[in-house]
Amino acid sequence: MSVDAKTVRHIAKLARIAVSDAEVAALAPELSNILGWIEQLQEVDVAGVEPMTAVIPNVLRLRDDVVTEGGIRDQILANAPAAEHGFFAVPKVIE
Amino acid sequence: MSDLTDLGVARIRDGVAAGDFSAREVAEAYVARIEAGRPLNAFLVETPDHALAAADAADRARASGALKPLSGVPLGIKDLFCTEGVQTTAGSKILEGYTPVYESSVSANLFAAGAGMLGKLNMDEFAMGSSNETSGYGPVLSPWRRNDGGNVALTPGGSSGGSASAVAARLAPGVTGTDTGGSIRQPAAFTGITGIKPTYGRCSRWGIVAFASSLDQAGPMARDVRDCAILLEAMAGFDPKDATSLKLDVPKWEANLAADVRGKRIGIPKEYRIDGVPAEIDAVWEQGIAWLRDAGAEIVEVSLPHTKYALPAYYIIAPAEASSNLARYDGVRYGLRVQPAQGGLDDMYEATRAAGFGAEVKRRIMIGTYVLSAGFYDAYFNQAQKVRTLIARDFERVWEHCDLLLTPTAPSAAFGLGEKMADPIAMYLNDVFAVPASLAGLPAISVPAGLDGQGLPLGLQIVGKALDEQGVLNAALAFEERAGFTARAEAWW
Repeated sequence: MSVDAKTVRHIAKLARIAVSDAEVAALAPELSNILGWIEQLQEVDVAGVEPMTAVIPNVLRLRDDVVTEGGIRDQILANAPAAEHGFFAVPKVIE
Repeated sequence: MSDLTDLGVARIRDGVAAGDFSAREVAEAYVARIEAGRPLNAFLVETPDHALAAADAADRARASGALKPLSGVPLGIKDLFCTEGVQTTAGSKILEGYTPVYESSVSANLFAAGAGMLGKLNMDEFAMGSSNETSGYGPVLSPWRRNDGGNVALTPGGSSGGSASAVAARLAPGVTGTDTGGSIRQPAAFTGITGIKPTYGRCSRWGIVAFASSLDQAGPMARDVRDCAILLEAMAGFDPKDATSLKLDVPKWEANLAADVRGKRIGIPKEYRIDGVPAEIDAVWEQGIAWLRDAGAEIVEVSLPHTKYALPAYYIIAPAEASSNLARYDGVRYGLRVQPAQGGLDDMYEATRAAGFGAEVKRRIMIGTYVLSAGFYDAYFNQAQKVRTLIARDFERVWEHCDLLLTPTAPSAAFGLGEKMADPIAMYLNDVFAVPASLAGLPAISVPAGLDGQGLPLGLQIVGKALDEQGVLNAALAFEERAGFTARAEAWW
Protein backbone atom coordinates (compact mmCIF):
# COMPACT_ATOMS: atom_id res chain seq x y z
CA MET A 1 0.00 0.00 0.00
CA SER A 2 1.55 3.22 -1.11
CA VAL A 3 0.24 6.51 0.21
CA ASP A 4 0.97 9.53 -1.95
CA ALA A 5 1.10 13.19 -1.01
CA LYS A 6 -2.43 13.79 -2.24
CA THR A 7 -3.77 11.05 0.02
CA VAL A 8 -1.83 12.37 3.01
CA ARG A 9 -3.38 15.80 2.47
CA HIS A 10 -6.83 14.23 2.20
CA ILE A 11 -6.41 12.24 5.44
CA ALA A 12 -5.02 15.30 7.21
CA LYS A 13 -8.03 17.29 6.07
CA LEU A 14 -10.42 14.61 7.36
CA ALA A 15 -8.50 14.52 10.66
CA ARG A 16 -8.47 18.35 10.90
CA ILE A 17 -4.70 18.55 11.28
CA ALA A 18 -2.84 21.23 9.35
CA VAL A 19 0.24 19.80 7.61
CA SER A 20 3.13 21.60 5.95
CA ASP A 21 4.67 20.44 2.67
CA ALA A 22 7.66 19.10 4.62
CA GLU A 23 5.36 17.11 6.91
CA VAL A 24 3.49 15.68 3.94
CA ALA A 25 6.78 14.59 2.40
CA ALA A 26 7.79 12.86 5.65
CA LEU A 27 4.38 11.33 6.39
CA ALA A 28 3.82 9.72 2.98
CA PRO A 29 6.58 7.09 3.30
CA GLU A 30 5.92 6.63 7.03
CA LEU A 31 2.23 5.92 6.55
CA SER A 32 3.04 3.74 3.54
CA ASN A 33 5.39 1.64 5.64
CA ILE A 34 2.90 1.20 8.46
CA LEU A 35 0.01 0.41 6.13
CA GLY A 36 2.23 -1.98 4.17
CA TRP A 37 3.05 -3.81 7.39
CA ILE A 38 -0.62 -3.93 8.39
CA GLU A 39 -1.45 -5.37 4.96
CA GLN A 40 -0.47 -8.88 6.15
CA LEU A 41 -3.89 -9.12 7.81
CA GLN A 42 -5.40 -9.66 4.37
CA GLU A 43 -3.93 -13.18 4.30
CA VAL A 44 -6.07 -14.30 7.27
CA ASP A 45 -9.11 -16.35 6.32
CA VAL A 46 -12.01 -14.69 8.10
CA ALA A 47 -14.85 -16.42 6.26
CA GLY A 48 -17.81 -16.70 8.62
CA VAL A 49 -16.07 -14.81 11.43
CA GLU A 50 -18.00 -12.02 13.12
CA PRO A 51 -16.12 -8.82 13.90
CA MET A 52 -15.39 -8.37 17.60
CA THR A 53 -17.79 -6.02 19.33
CA ALA A 54 -17.36 -6.77 23.05
CA VAL A 55 -14.24 -8.48 24.27
CA ILE A 56 -15.77 -9.52 27.60
CA PRO A 57 -19.47 -10.46 27.40
CA ASN A 58 -21.49 -7.65 28.93
CA VAL A 59 -24.96 -6.19 28.68
CA LEU A 60 -25.75 -2.60 27.91
CA ARG A 61 -27.50 -1.18 30.93
CA LEU A 62 -30.35 1.28 30.91
CA ARG A 63 -30.75 3.89 33.56
CA ASP A 64 -33.68 6.07 34.48
CA ASP A 65 -34.11 8.94 32.05
CA VAL A 66 -33.44 11.69 34.56
CA VAL A 67 -30.92 14.47 34.98
CA THR A 68 -28.09 13.12 37.12
CA GLU A 69 -25.49 15.85 37.11
CA GLY A 70 -27.17 18.96 35.83
CA GLY A 71 -26.74 22.57 36.79
CA ILE A 72 -22.95 22.65 36.48
CA ARG A 73 -22.62 25.02 33.54
CA ASP A 74 -19.80 27.03 35.03
CA GLN A 75 -17.80 23.89 35.82
CA ILE A 76 -18.24 22.70 32.24
CA LEU A 77 -17.02 26.06 30.94
CA ALA A 78 -14.18 26.33 33.46
CA ASN A 79 -11.50 25.00 31.09
CA ALA A 80 -12.78 26.60 27.88
CA PRO A 81 -10.22 28.71 25.99
CA ALA A 82 -13.05 31.18 25.33
CA ALA A 83 -16.48 31.34 26.96
CA GLU A 84 -18.97 34.19 26.73
CA HIS A 85 -22.40 34.68 28.24
CA GLY A 86 -22.42 31.12 29.53
CA PHE A 87 -21.55 29.55 26.18
CA PHE A 88 -18.45 28.20 24.45
CA ALA A 89 -17.20 30.86 22.07
CA VAL A 90 -15.90 30.04 18.58
CA PRO A 91 -14.93 32.11 15.55
CA LYS A 92 -17.84 33.43 13.54
CA VAL A 93 -19.23 30.64 11.33
CA ILE A 94 -22.23 32.38 9.74
CA GLU A 95 -21.66 35.37 7.51
CA MET B 1 14.03 3.14 61.49
CA SER B 2 15.72 2.63 58.15
CA ASP B 3 14.65 4.68 55.16
CA LEU B 4 10.86 4.64 54.95
CA THR B 5 11.06 4.80 51.17
CA ASP B 6 12.39 1.24 51.27
CA LEU B 7 8.90 0.16 52.30
CA GLY B 8 6.21 -0.90 49.85
CA VAL B 9 2.43 -0.67 50.10
CA ALA B 10 1.76 -3.58 52.48
CA ARG B 11 4.56 -2.70 54.89
CA ILE B 12 3.53 0.95 55.03
CA ARG B 13 -0.09 0.04 55.64
CA ASP B 14 0.82 -2.48 58.33
CA GLY B 15 3.48 -0.26 59.91
CA VAL B 16 1.11 2.68 60.19
CA ALA B 17 -1.56 0.42 61.67
CA ALA B 18 0.92 -1.00 64.19
CA GLY B 19 2.22 2.43 65.12
CA ASP B 20 5.80 1.63 64.02
CA PHE B 21 5.86 5.03 62.30
CA SER B 22 3.35 7.70 61.39
CA ALA B 23 1.77 8.15 57.98
CA ARG B 24 3.11 11.72 58.10
CA GLU B 25 6.68 10.42 58.35
CA VAL B 26 6.11 8.14 55.35
CA ALA B 27 4.62 10.90 53.23
CA GLU B 28 7.42 13.31 54.15
CA ALA B 29 10.07 10.72 53.26
CA TYR B 30 8.53 10.15 49.83
CA VAL B 31 8.01 13.85 49.18
CA ALA B 32 11.72 14.45 49.87
CA ARG B 33 12.71 11.50 47.69
CA ILE B 34 10.62 12.87 44.81
CA GLU B 35 12.32 16.28 45.10
CA ALA B 36 15.71 14.60 44.97
CA GLY B 37 14.54 12.47 42.04
CA ARG B 38 13.54 15.34 39.75
CA PRO B 39 16.33 14.60 37.23
CA LEU B 40 14.39 11.44 36.29
CA ASN B 41 11.48 13.62 35.04
CA ALA B 42 9.01 11.04 36.38
CA PHE B 43 6.55 13.53 37.85
CA LEU B 44 4.82 16.25 35.82
CA VAL B 45 3.15 17.72 38.89
CA GLU B 46 4.07 17.14 42.52
CA THR B 47 1.22 17.27 45.02
CA PRO B 48 2.86 17.05 48.45
CA ASP B 49 -0.09 18.80 50.10
CA HIS B 50 -2.45 16.05 48.94
CA ALA B 51 -0.18 13.31 50.23
CA LEU B 52 0.44 15.04 53.56
CA ALA B 53 -3.26 15.76 54.13
CA ALA B 54 -4.12 12.11 53.47
CA ALA B 55 -1.30 11.08 55.81
CA ASP B 56 -2.59 13.31 58.58
CA ALA B 57 -6.05 11.87 58.06
CA ALA B 58 -4.54 8.39 58.33
CA ASP B 59 -2.80 9.27 61.58
CA ARG B 60 -6.05 10.63 62.99
CA ALA B 61 -7.87 7.51 61.77
CA ARG B 62 -5.40 5.32 63.60
CA ALA B 63 -5.95 7.28 66.80
CA SER B 64 -9.72 6.80 66.47
CA GLY B 65 -9.48 3.20 65.29
CA ALA B 66 -10.95 3.93 61.85
CA LEU B 67 -8.13 2.94 59.49
CA LYS B 68 -9.03 2.31 55.86
CA PRO B 69 -7.47 -0.27 53.50
CA LEU B 70 -4.84 2.17 52.18
CA SER B 71 -4.54 4.57 55.10
CA GLY B 72 -1.06 6.02 55.15
CA VAL B 73 -0.08 4.86 51.66
CA PRO B 74 0.99 7.67 49.30
CA LEU B 75 0.71 6.88 45.58
CA GLY B 76 1.73 8.30 42.23
CA ILE B 77 -1.06 8.74 39.69
CA LYS B 78 -0.43 8.46 35.95
CA ASP B 79 -1.29 11.71 34.20
CA LEU B 80 -3.97 9.93 32.16
CA PHE B 81 -6.28 9.97 35.22
CA CYS B 82 -8.31 13.14 35.67
CA THR B 83 -7.66 14.54 39.13
CA GLU B 84 -9.92 17.25 40.48
CA GLY B 85 -8.11 20.57 40.78
CA VAL B 86 -4.76 19.09 39.66
CA GLN B 87 -3.47 19.59 36.13
CA THR B 88 -4.06 16.57 33.89
CA THR B 89 -2.34 16.56 30.50
CA ALA B 90 -2.11 12.93 29.35
CA GLY B 91 1.45 13.89 28.47
CA SER B 92 0.19 16.21 25.72
CA LYS B 93 0.80 19.87 25.09
CA ILE B 94 -2.76 20.14 23.84
CA LEU B 95 -3.95 19.70 27.45
CA GLU B 96 -1.33 21.87 29.13
CA GLY B 97 -3.03 23.73 31.97
CA TYR B 98 -6.18 21.60 31.85
CA THR B 99 -7.51 21.28 35.40
CA PRO B 100 -10.34 18.75 35.70
CA VAL B 101 -13.37 19.70 37.75
CA TYR B 102 -13.95 16.04 38.58
CA GLU B 103 -12.06 12.97 39.79
CA SER B 104 -11.57 9.76 37.83
CA SER B 105 -13.37 6.80 39.38
CA VAL B 106 -10.15 4.83 39.91
CA SER B 107 -8.30 7.65 41.69
CA ALA B 108 -11.48 8.44 43.66
CA ASN B 109 -11.60 4.78 44.76
CA LEU B 110 -7.98 4.95 45.90
CA PHE B 111 -8.49 8.17 47.82
CA ALA B 112 -11.69 6.81 49.41
CA ALA B 113 -9.58 3.86 50.59
CA GLY B 114 -7.30 6.30 52.41
CA ALA B 115 -4.45 6.71 49.91
CA GLY B 116 -2.84 10.09 49.25
CA MET B 117 -1.46 11.42 45.98
CA LEU B 118 2.22 12.30 45.61
CA GLY B 119 1.78 13.73 42.13
CA LYS B 120 1.00 13.11 38.48
CA LEU B 121 3.28 10.85 36.50
CA ASN B 122 4.81 11.55 33.11
CA MET B 123 3.84 9.29 30.21
CA ASP B 124 3.88 8.94 26.45
CA GLU B 125 1.51 11.45 24.86
CA PHE B 126 -2.05 10.07 25.15
CA ALA B 127 -0.39 6.74 26.11
CA MET B 128 0.85 6.30 22.53
CA GLY B 129 4.40 5.06 22.81
CA SER B 130 6.62 2.38 24.31
CA SER B 131 9.52 4.48 25.60
CA ASN B 132 8.00 7.63 27.15
CA GLU B 133 9.79 9.61 24.43
CA THR B 134 6.55 10.87 22.87
CA SER B 135 5.68 12.84 26.03
CA GLY B 136 5.17 16.54 25.37
CA TYR B 137 7.13 17.21 28.56
CA GLY B 138 10.36 15.35 27.84
CA PRO B 139 11.25 11.70 28.27
CA VAL B 140 11.44 9.97 31.63
CA LEU B 141 14.77 8.42 32.54
CA SER B 142 14.99 4.93 33.92
CA PRO B 143 16.83 4.74 37.24
CA TRP B 144 18.62 1.70 35.79
CA ARG B 145 21.93 1.89 33.97
CA ARG B 146 23.89 -0.70 32.07
CA ASN B 147 26.84 -2.15 33.94
CA ASP B 148 29.29 -1.10 31.22
CA GLY B 149 30.04 2.23 32.87
CA GLY B 150 28.76 4.11 29.80
CA ASN B 151 25.90 5.80 31.63
CA VAL B 152 23.70 5.79 28.53
CA ALA B 153 20.28 7.22 29.38
CA LEU B 154 17.80 4.34 29.23
CA THR B 155 14.05 4.35 28.69
CA PRO B 156 11.80 3.11 31.50
CA GLY B 157 9.46 1.86 28.75
CA GLY B 158 6.03 3.22 28.06
CA SER B 159 3.50 4.42 28.02
CA SER B 160 3.44 4.27 31.85
CA GLY B 161 7.11 5.32 31.94
CA GLY B 162 6.86 7.85 34.75
CA SER B 163 4.92 5.30 36.77
CA ALA B 164 7.59 2.62 36.25
CA SER B 165 10.51 4.93 36.93
CA ALA B 166 8.88 6.27 40.12
CA VAL B 167 8.39 2.80 41.58
CA ALA B 168 11.83 1.53 40.54
CA ALA B 169 13.56 4.64 41.90
CA ARG B 170 11.49 4.39 45.10
CA LEU B 171 9.83 7.74 44.57
CA ALA B 172 6.52 6.02 45.34
CA PRO B 173 5.58 2.69 46.94
CA GLY B 174 2.97 2.10 44.24
CA VAL B 175 1.36 3.89 41.32
CA THR B 176 -1.46 3.66 38.83
CA GLY B 177 -0.77 2.77 35.24
CA THR B 178 -2.93 2.12 32.23
CA ASP B 179 -2.51 -0.57 29.63
CA THR B 180 -3.92 -0.42 26.12
CA GLY B 181 -1.42 -2.73 24.42
CA GLY B 182 1.26 -3.34 27.04
CA SER B 183 1.66 0.05 28.70
CA ILE B 184 1.73 -1.38 32.24
CA ARG B 185 3.57 -4.63 31.55
CA GLN B 186 6.41 -3.52 29.24
CA PRO B 187 7.59 -0.65 31.51
CA ALA B 188 7.27 -2.92 34.55
CA ALA B 189 9.54 -5.43 32.81
CA PHE B 190 12.04 -2.72 31.80
CA THR B 191 12.38 -1.42 35.36
CA GLY B 192 12.33 -4.60 37.44
CA ILE B 193 8.93 -4.04 39.05
CA THR B 194 5.54 -5.78 38.98
CA GLY B 195 2.48 -4.55 37.10
CA ILE B 196 -0.89 -6.11 36.37
CA LYS B 197 -3.49 -5.30 33.75
CA PRO B 198 -6.78 -6.76 34.98
CA THR B 199 -9.61 -8.16 32.87
CA TYR B 200 -11.15 -5.51 30.63
CA GLY B 201 -14.02 -3.95 32.61
CA ARG B 202 -12.65 -4.57 36.13
CA CYS B 203 -11.49 -0.96 36.56
CA SER B 204 -13.70 1.92 35.53
CA ARG B 205 -12.49 3.94 32.57
CA TRP B 206 -14.50 6.97 33.73
CA GLY B 207 -12.21 9.96 34.02
CA ILE B 208 -9.28 8.25 32.30
CA VAL B 209 -8.36 10.25 29.19
CA ALA B 210 -9.46 7.90 26.40
CA PHE B 211 -7.01 6.40 23.89
CA ALA B 212 -8.59 3.18 22.55
CA SER B 213 -11.74 2.56 24.56
CA SER B 214 -12.16 -1.15 23.77
CA LEU B 215 -8.64 -1.84 25.07
CA ASP B 216 -7.86 0.75 27.78
CA GLN B 217 -7.61 -0.71 31.28
CA ALA B 218 -6.17 0.73 34.47
CA GLY B 219 -3.98 -1.32 36.77
CA PRO B 220 -1.40 -0.97 39.52
CA MET B 221 2.40 -1.04 39.33
CA ALA B 222 4.37 -1.74 42.49
CA ARG B 223 7.38 -3.53 43.91
CA ASP B 224 5.82 -6.94 44.34
CA VAL B 225 2.80 -9.11 43.71
CA ARG B 226 1.17 -8.54 47.10
CA ASP B 227 1.31 -4.77 46.71
CA CYS B 228 -0.28 -5.07 43.27
CA ALA B 229 -3.09 -7.23 44.72
CA ILE B 230 -3.76 -4.65 47.45
CA LEU B 231 -3.86 -1.73 45.02
CA LEU B 232 -5.93 -3.52 42.38
CA GLU B 233 -8.51 -4.42 45.01
CA ALA B 234 -8.90 -0.73 45.84
CA MET B 235 -8.93 0.42 42.19
CA ALA B 236 -11.42 -2.09 40.78
CA GLY B 237 -15.18 -2.16 41.08
CA PHE B 238 -18.41 -1.62 39.20
CA ASP B 239 -19.05 1.92 38.04
CA PRO B 240 -22.35 2.88 36.41
CA LYS B 241 -20.56 5.79 34.70
CA ASP B 242 -18.59 3.39 32.47
CA ALA B 243 -20.80 1.45 30.05
CA THR B 244 -18.25 -1.38 29.83
CA SER B 245 -17.69 -1.67 33.60
CA LEU B 246 -18.37 -5.22 34.79
CA LYS B 247 -21.09 -5.50 37.42
CA LEU B 248 -19.18 -7.87 39.65
CA ASP B 249 -18.02 -7.76 43.25
CA VAL B 250 -14.30 -7.18 43.72
CA PRO B 251 -12.69 -10.43 44.92
CA LYS B 252 -10.51 -10.47 48.04
CA TRP B 253 -7.35 -10.83 45.98
CA GLU B 254 -4.95 -10.10 48.81
CA ALA B 255 -6.62 -12.33 51.40
CA ASN B 256 -6.69 -15.19 48.89
CA LEU B 257 -3.07 -14.82 47.80
CA ALA B 258 -1.28 -18.16 47.91
CA ALA B 259 2.02 -18.99 46.27
CA ASP B 260 0.59 -22.23 45.05
CA VAL B 261 0.56 -23.54 41.49
CA ARG B 262 0.37 -27.23 42.35
CA GLY B 263 -1.80 -28.98 39.81
CA LYS B 264 -2.01 -25.88 37.59
CA ARG B 265 -1.25 -26.37 33.91
CA ILE B 266 0.97 -23.60 32.57
CA GLY B 267 0.89 -23.21 28.81
CA ILE B 268 3.97 -22.19 26.84
CA PRO B 269 2.73 -20.81 23.51
CA LYS B 270 5.04 -21.92 20.72
CA GLU B 271 4.19 -18.88 18.56
CA TYR B 272 5.88 -16.64 21.16
CA ARG B 273 9.26 -18.09 20.20
CA ILE B 274 10.01 -15.53 17.54
CA ASP B 275 13.12 -14.70 15.57
CA GLY B 276 15.32 -11.85 16.62
CA VAL B 277 14.68 -12.11 20.33
CA PRO B 278 17.91 -12.08 22.36
CA ALA B 279 19.03 -15.45 23.72
CA GLU B 280 18.92 -14.00 27.22
CA ILE B 281 15.14 -13.57 26.93
CA ASP B 282 14.80 -17.24 25.98
CA ALA B 283 17.10 -18.23 28.83
CA VAL B 284 15.10 -16.32 31.43
CA TRP B 285 11.91 -17.81 29.99
CA GLU B 286 13.34 -21.33 30.35
CA GLN B 287 14.38 -20.48 33.89
CA GLY B 288 10.84 -19.28 34.66
CA ILE B 289 9.40 -22.49 33.24
CA ALA B 290 11.74 -24.46 35.50
CA TRP B 291 10.71 -22.43 38.56
CA LEU B 292 7.01 -23.00 37.99
CA ARG B 293 7.59 -26.71 37.31
CA ASP B 294 9.57 -26.84 40.54
CA ALA B 295 6.61 -25.19 42.28
CA GLY B 296 4.39 -28.06 41.21
CA ALA B 297 2.88 -26.80 37.97
CA GLU B 298 2.48 -28.97 34.91
CA ILE B 299 4.11 -27.37 31.86
CA VAL B 300 2.39 -27.88 28.51
CA GLU B 301 3.27 -26.58 25.08
CA VAL B 302 0.28 -24.87 23.48
CA SER B 303 -0.55 -23.05 20.27
CA LEU B 304 -2.14 -19.64 19.67
CA PRO B 305 -2.10 -19.75 15.87
CA HIS B 306 -3.09 -16.12 15.15
CA THR B 307 -0.44 -14.55 17.38
CA LYS B 308 1.53 -13.00 14.52
CA TYR B 309 -1.52 -11.04 13.42
CA ALA B 310 -2.18 -9.50 16.83
CA LEU B 311 0.19 -6.55 16.44
CA PRO B 312 -0.99 -5.46 12.96
CA ALA B 313 -4.62 -5.87 14.07
CA TYR B 314 -3.87 -3.74 17.11
CA TYR B 315 -2.33 -1.06 14.92
CA ILE B 316 -5.60 -0.77 13.04
CA ILE B 317 -8.01 -1.00 15.97
CA ALA B 318 -6.17 1.24 18.44
CA PRO B 319 -5.48 4.09 15.98
CA ALA B 320 -9.06 3.85 14.66
CA GLU B 321 -10.46 4.28 18.15
CA ALA B 322 -7.88 6.97 18.92
CA SER B 323 -8.78 8.98 15.83
CA SER B 324 -12.36 9.03 17.06
CA ASN B 325 -11.57 9.69 20.74
CA LEU B 326 -9.08 12.45 19.99
CA ALA B 327 -11.53 14.31 17.77
CA ARG B 328 -12.63 16.04 20.98
CA TYR B 329 -9.45 18.16 21.06
CA ASP B 330 -10.81 20.94 18.95
CA GLY B 331 -9.79 24.06 20.84
CA VAL B 332 -13.37 24.73 21.92
CA ARG B 333 -14.12 23.10 25.25
CA TYR B 334 -10.73 22.67 26.91
CA GLY B 335 -7.04 22.69 26.20
CA LEU B 336 -5.06 24.58 23.62
CA ARG B 337 -6.63 26.91 21.06
CA VAL B 338 -4.67 28.31 18.15
CA GLN B 339 -6.63 30.86 16.13
CA PRO B 340 -4.96 31.89 12.88
CA ALA B 341 -5.53 35.51 11.91
CA GLN B 342 -8.30 35.75 9.27
CA GLY B 343 -9.13 32.09 9.81
CA GLY B 344 -12.51 30.50 10.42
CA LEU B 345 -13.60 27.59 12.59
CA ASP B 346 -12.01 24.88 10.44
CA ASP B 347 -8.72 26.77 10.37
CA MET B 348 -8.85 26.96 14.15
CA TYR B 349 -9.39 23.21 14.46
CA GLU B 350 -6.53 22.43 12.08
CA ALA B 351 -4.08 24.91 13.61
CA THR B 352 -4.93 23.84 17.16
CA ARG B 353 -4.43 20.16 16.45
CA ALA B 354 -1.29 20.74 14.39
CA ALA B 355 0.30 22.71 17.23
CA GLY B 356 -1.00 20.63 20.14
CA PHE B 357 -0.35 17.04 19.04
CA GLY B 358 3.09 15.48 18.76
CA ALA B 359 4.35 13.46 15.78
CA GLU B 360 3.34 9.98 17.01
CA VAL B 361 -0.16 11.09 17.97
CA LYS B 362 -0.64 12.71 14.56
CA ARG B 363 0.64 9.57 12.88
CA ARG B 364 -1.85 7.39 14.74
CA ILE B 365 -4.78 9.74 14.21
CA MET B 366 -4.01 9.72 10.50
CA ILE B 367 -3.68 5.93 10.34
CA GLY B 368 -6.97 5.65 12.20
CA THR B 369 -8.65 8.17 9.95
CA TYR B 370 -7.41 6.31 6.89
CA VAL B 371 -8.57 2.83 7.99
CA LEU B 372 -12.00 4.19 8.88
CA SER B 373 -12.43 6.26 5.72
CA ALA B 374 -14.92 5.46 2.99
CA GLY B 375 -13.73 2.59 0.83
CA PHE B 376 -11.20 1.26 3.34
CA TYR B 377 -13.39 0.51 6.36
CA ASP B 378 -14.13 -3.09 5.38
CA ALA B 379 -10.66 -3.92 4.14
CA TYR B 380 -8.91 -2.60 7.23
CA PHE B 381 -11.11 -1.98 10.25
CA ASN B 382 -13.61 -4.79 9.81
CA GLN B 383 -10.88 -7.22 8.83
CA ALA B 384 -8.96 -6.31 11.99
CA GLN B 385 -12.04 -6.77 14.17
CA LYS B 386 -12.57 -10.21 12.64
CA VAL B 387 -8.94 -11.11 13.31
CA ARG B 388 -9.47 -9.88 16.85
CA THR B 389 -12.31 -12.40 17.18
CA LEU B 390 -9.94 -15.15 15.98
CA ILE B 391 -7.29 -14.08 18.50
CA ALA B 392 -9.82 -14.18 21.35
CA ARG B 393 -10.96 -17.59 20.08
CA ASP B 394 -7.33 -18.82 20.16
CA PHE B 395 -7.25 -18.05 23.88
CA GLU B 396 -10.64 -19.69 24.53
CA ARG B 397 -9.34 -22.86 22.89
CA VAL B 398 -6.04 -22.79 24.70
CA TRP B 399 -7.83 -22.75 28.07
CA GLU B 400 -9.02 -26.29 27.27
CA HIS B 401 -5.39 -27.33 27.65
CA CYS B 402 -4.01 -25.04 30.36
CA ASP B 403 -4.95 -22.63 33.15
CA LEU B 404 -2.36 -19.91 32.61
CA LEU B 405 0.27 -18.88 30.07
CA LEU B 406 3.88 -17.95 30.74
CA THR B 407 5.64 -15.80 28.14
CA PRO B 408 8.28 -13.08 27.98
CA THR B 409 6.82 -9.61 28.64
CA ALA B 410 8.91 -7.76 26.07
CA PRO B 411 11.30 -8.83 23.30
CA SER B 412 14.29 -6.97 24.79
CA ALA B 413 15.59 -5.26 27.89
CA ALA B 414 15.34 -1.47 28.19
CA PHE B 415 16.98 0.38 25.30
CA GLY B 416 18.68 3.74 25.10
CA LEU B 417 16.75 6.95 24.54
CA GLY B 418 16.65 7.76 20.84
CA GLU B 419 17.55 4.24 19.68
CA LYS B 420 14.12 3.39 18.24
CA MET B 421 12.43 6.72 17.64
CA ALA B 422 13.33 6.82 13.95
CA ASP B 423 11.43 3.63 13.12
CA PRO B 424 7.78 3.47 14.27
CA ILE B 425 7.38 -0.22 13.48
CA ALA B 426 10.51 -1.18 15.45
CA MET B 427 8.99 0.70 18.38
CA TYR B 428 5.62 -1.04 17.93
CA LEU B 429 7.34 -4.45 18.12
CA ASN B 430 8.06 -3.80 21.80
CA ASP B 431 4.50 -4.88 22.51
CA VAL B 432 4.49 -8.05 20.41
CA PHE B 433 4.02 -10.28 23.49
CA ALA B 434 1.71 -7.91 25.36
CA VAL B 435 -0.86 -7.04 22.71
CA PRO B 436 -2.60 -10.43 22.25
CA ALA B 437 -3.88 -10.47 25.86
CA SER B 438 -5.03 -6.87 25.40
CA LEU B 439 -7.02 -7.73 22.29
CA ALA B 440 -8.66 -10.59 24.20
CA GLY B 441 -9.28 -8.48 27.33
CA LEU B 442 -7.45 -10.95 29.57
CA PRO B 443 -5.68 -10.33 32.90
CA ALA B 444 -1.90 -10.33 32.58
CA ILE B 445 0.94 -9.51 34.93
CA SER B 446 4.65 -8.83 34.43
CA VAL B 447 6.99 -10.02 37.15
CA PRO B 448 10.75 -9.47 37.35
CA ALA B 449 12.67 -12.61 36.44
CA GLY B 450 16.33 -11.66 36.46
CA LEU B 451 19.02 -9.44 34.97
CA ASP B 452 20.58 -9.64 31.56
CA GLY B 453 24.32 -9.54 30.89
CA GLN B 454 24.25 -5.75 31.01
CA GLY B 455 22.67 -5.77 34.43
CA LEU B 456 19.21 -4.75 33.22
CA PRO B 457 15.94 -6.32 34.41
CA LEU B 458 13.96 -8.78 32.33
CA GLY B 459 10.35 -9.65 33.04
CA LEU B 460 8.06 -12.55 32.32
CA GLN B 461 4.34 -12.33 31.71
CA ILE B 462 1.62 -14.55 33.16
CA VAL B 463 -1.72 -14.42 31.32
CA GLY B 464 -4.91 -15.85 32.77
CA LYS B 465 -8.52 -16.52 31.86
CA ALA B 466 -10.97 -13.64 31.94
CA LEU B 467 -11.73 -12.69 35.57
CA ASP B 468 -9.05 -15.04 36.94
CA GLU B 469 -6.84 -12.32 38.43
CA GLN B 470 -6.47 -14.57 41.47
CA GLY B 471 -4.90 -17.35 39.43
CA VAL B 472 -2.57 -14.85 37.76
CA LEU B 473 -1.56 -13.26 41.08
CA ASN B 474 -1.03 -16.61 42.80
CA ALA B 475 1.17 -17.96 40.03
CA ALA B 476 3.05 -14.65 40.01
CA LEU B 477 3.61 -14.95 43.77
CA ALA B 478 4.94 -18.49 43.39
CA PHE B 479 7.20 -17.20 40.61
CA GLU B 480 8.33 -14.22 42.69
CA GLU B 481 9.32 -16.44 45.62
CA ARG B 482 11.51 -18.57 43.41
CA ALA B 483 12.98 -15.72 41.37
CA GLY B 484 14.11 -13.93 44.53
CA PHE B 485 14.62 -10.76 42.51
CA THR B 486 16.21 -8.23 44.86
CA ALA B 487 18.26 -6.13 42.43
CA ARG B 488 17.45 -2.43 42.49
CA ALA B 489 18.66 0.68 40.79
CA GLU B 490 20.97 2.62 43.06
CA ALA B 491 20.48 6.37 43.15
CA TRP B 492 22.86 8.21 40.79
CA TRP B 493 20.60 11.18 40.18
